[in-house]
Amino acid sequence: MIELINVKKVFNAGRPSEFTALGGISLNIEDRKVTVLKGPSGSGKTTLLCIIGCMSRPTAGRVRLDGREISGLPERFLTDIRRKGFGFIFQVPNLIRGMSVLENVMLPAYPLGEPHARLKERAIRGLNDFHVSTKATSKVEWLSGGEAQRVAIVRALINDPDVIIADEPTAHLDTHLSYLFMEIVENFKKEGKTVIIASHDPLVCESRIVDSVINMRDGRIEGESS
Amino acid sequence: MDYETQMRSPIERQRGIIDFTLSSLMRRKVKNVGLLCLYALIVFILASAIFFTSSIKKEASLILRGTPEIIVQKMAAGRHDLFPLRDMEAVKNVRGVAAVEGRLWGYYFDDRLGANYTLIVPPAARSSAEPSEARPLFWFNAAALEPGTIVIGEGVARVGKLSKGDSIAFTAYDGSTIDLKVADTLSSKSELVSSDLILIGEEDFRKLFDIGKDYATDITVEVKNPREIPTVASKITRVLPDTRPIVRDEILRTYDSIFNWRGGMMIVILSAAILAFVIFAWDKASGLSAEERQEIGILKAVGWETSDVILMKFWEGAIVSLTAYFAGVILAYVHVFLTGSLIFEPALKGWSVLYPHFSLTPFISAEQLITLFFLTVVPYTIATIVPTWRAAIIDPDAAMRQTGE
Amino acid sequence: MILHPEVIANLLASYAATFMVIYATFYGVQILRRWDIRSGDELQLALERKTYLISTVLTYVFALQLFSIFLYVFTADALCPLFVGAMCAAGTLNVNAFGYPTLLIKILTFMLAGLWLILNHADNQGYDYPLIKKKYSLLAFIVPFMILETILESAYFLGLKADVITSCCGSLFSIEREAGLGFILVSLPERAMAWIFYVSMLCTLTCGIFFYRRGRGGYLYSILSAMMFVVSIISIVSFISPYVYELPTHHCPFCIVMREYHYIGYFLYMLLFTAAVCGIGTGALLPFRGVQSLTPALGIFIRRLAIASTGSYAAFTAIVTCEIASSNLMM
Repeated sequence: MIELINVKKVFNAGRPSEFTALGGISLNIEDRKVTVLKGPSGSGKTTLLCIIGCMSRPTAGRVRLDGREISGLPERFLTDIRRKGFGFIFQVPNLIRGMSVLENVMLPAYPLGEPHARLKERAIRGLNDFHVSTKATSKVEWLSGGEAQRVAIVRALINDPDVIIADEPTAHLDTHLSYLFMEIVENFKKEGKTVIIASHDPLVCESRIVDSVINMRDGRIEGESS
Repeated sequence: MDYETQMRSPIERQRGIIDFTLSSLMRRKVKNVGLLCLYALIVFILASAIFFTSSIKKEASLILRGTPEIIVQKMAAGRHDLFPLRDMEAVKNVRGVAAVEGRLWGYYFDDRLGANYTLIVPPAARSSAEPSEARPLFWFNAAALEPGTIVIGEGVARVGKLSKGDSIAFTAYDGSTIDLKVADTLSSKSELVSSDLILIGEEDFRKLFDIGKDYATDITVEVKNPREIPTVASKITRVLPDTRPIVRDEILRTYDSIFNWRGGMMIVILSAAILAFVIFAWDKASGLSAEERQEIGILKAVGWETSDVILMKFWEGAIVSLTAYFAGVILAYVHVFLTGSLIFEPALKGWSVLYPHFSLTPFISAEQLITLFFLTVVPYTIATIVPTWRAAIIDPDAAMRQTGE
Repeated sequence: MILHPEVIANLLASYAATFMVIYATFYGVQILRRWDIRSGDELQLALERKTYLISTVLTYVFALQLFSIFLYVFTADALCPLFVGAMCAAGTLNVNAFGYPTLLIKILTFMLAGLWLILNHADNQGYDYPLIKKKYSLLAFIVPFMILETILESAYFLGLKADVITSCCGSLFSIEREAGLGFILVSLPERAMAWIFYVSMLCTLTCGIFFYRRGRGGYLYSILSAMMFVVSIISIVSFISPYVYELPTHHCPFCIVMREYHYIGYFLYMLLFTAAVCGIGTGALLPFRGVQSLTPALGIFIRRLAIASTGSYAAFTAIVTCEIASSNLMM
């Protein structure tokens, strides 16, 4: 359970360019459900995802993760929570060019100090699950769009997180691939993972597997529908 | 926070991060090659300077070990004058003195070649009688040196294009010309000393410079117990107040400080180059390409912490530094000891027509390597701290802002 | 001044380290004044990021200080032919009044930097930066020592004048220099010193192990380990080095780092430095065991420090004992 209480995020505070990205958001996100943050670009979806995903700290307000307050934690601890508890799927695959698929997948686990052989085995198993293991040794720039996204998903899952955060995951996918992606999300849900997606794609928002949709505009919540 | 899991295998963590660093260096080969070359060049120049000065110093001290413990010069009005041989008795009587001998030597300027020679009358009679433990200055065939002949050093032979059987015309003190035949050339391990040397017979020498039978250029004193050298030297000044004893250790010390000074000057001059390099390194480290920024953003987004990125950058710096350092050191070794310091020999030894061609005995110590490390790797590392940190604090949500449009 | 590559390297290291500490302190003071852990302001976020810079800088300073202690001794050794009566580093350091004080303060600043890193590591275990004020106060405390070190070191090297013959006068240099500081240490009775060393080492090790297992007697161990450091250094001068050199009259604490003695000195001094820094660090952290955000991590960390310190002292003693046993010198 992730609770947000009156969360604000202000950029460039005190300067003429001051900009309030989030203006007091209160929200509960339930475990094992698929939640969609819906809104036009600039509505603060991504900023909110960053705060939920422990990537940045709110300027004011509280964030609780399973009852523990995390909003005041320094980066060192936020990172530790993030890398163990959250998996991220970005709008673009964000794979590191020039490296092999396998290395890219293993990347998030390097700082955790897991024995290399065990990590590699896990990475290969993950690639197998998403039918990209044949590409393990190829460089990422040779992958097709769909393959690249699946590799990015395997990377997000490498540390076995409880929460999956996806930012506009279907923005660069065609309809067929978008449906495939939603099937993957359905599997996450079956495995008991919490999924939070920011999207304005109707294919995502109106999908039957989505449990609740939160409408956002100008850094505020406009309404919630389940 | 779970302390135990955080501490889980720090070695594996280092290994993972080094793995990544290596592969990211390999990916940016072209970008790094320029920096690496410049870095190695700086190390190379400094290492050459340090290797060169210290081995030449070593060489000089090896040579000096073969020279007499005390040399006594006669002083006249503060100027070095000929030594009257009758004073030798007084020196011989000083307690602790083992042997005293007069030496004949002098400089001769050859205006046709514009070169300075050192003329020495070899102490031929003694050399066989007293085998010295120290390495002799030069070897030559003593039998060849008859009146009217000379033995010349390699430098003299080279400059005058002389070989056995040729002769050199010397202009004596009164303007007359004396022709001396080259009987042999010197062979020496250390061309540094023998290059400008000409060995000449006693009679010819006296004729050339008009030195009477009762005089020598200076005298050498051997001391029984090396610990007594300073005492003996001060006794000599007391017995013969108008003389100046020169102790071998003092010459060593003077050589040492001259060569150190030259080496130091070299580094002061090169410090401008080091500074330029440091600025370059700073600039290179701060000017991250868009691709690198994006990469670090991704790393942070997928769970790398600021200190992980700093560690990665540390390894990157360490790999670059060590590669450049060892490349520079090895190249300098080859340069100084195998090619005879082609590039900057003149700067360190001073110009001379009778320029010795010699190969130095390889001599490298831990001190030199550490000094070199301090002069090159430390400035580089310090220059990259702040840029590294700047790179490492890139926001993790930067990756979220990648829209691909 | 003697313009020698090694002298330049020394001065460079010293100026660089001092500059780095001052630079770090500049931001440290900002943190002391503006820190507010509760705030999510951009200022606070920026300050938190600065802490990474400061700890990186201090880590480098620590490494630099360690190397520069050895470089300093090396340099003194390399310069000794320039001074009449100087046979090794010990003599060169005595050439003017700044040689030994520089060395002592170098060791002190090295240890302070080590202590800072220990404090920093402990602080990083707590989510609310519980030691932040103490940490940056310590940093500000280190600054004057660093500056003093740089001044002393510059004075030492600038004051060095080689005893060299000049072209006008070949006067003799035969002034015998008396070893001042070392003289007292050398004249200590060796057998008694050996007893003192072994007995106090036994006490220290026992206390360390007791603390590691039972968690009590930490302060005592900390004090003992600091004292043991001094005792060990005196012991090296008094009775250990003659065994290493196999010469009953040679008491130099520096020559043992040279190649002739297989660089054994490096091991010994590294172990001593580790033991002392970790030992003192144990005591420095003990008052914070009660800090809520640091338990239980801090307790584990303190015990690790104590065992690292004890282990280093034990290894030191073992090496020393081996050296004595295998030495051809009988006293």
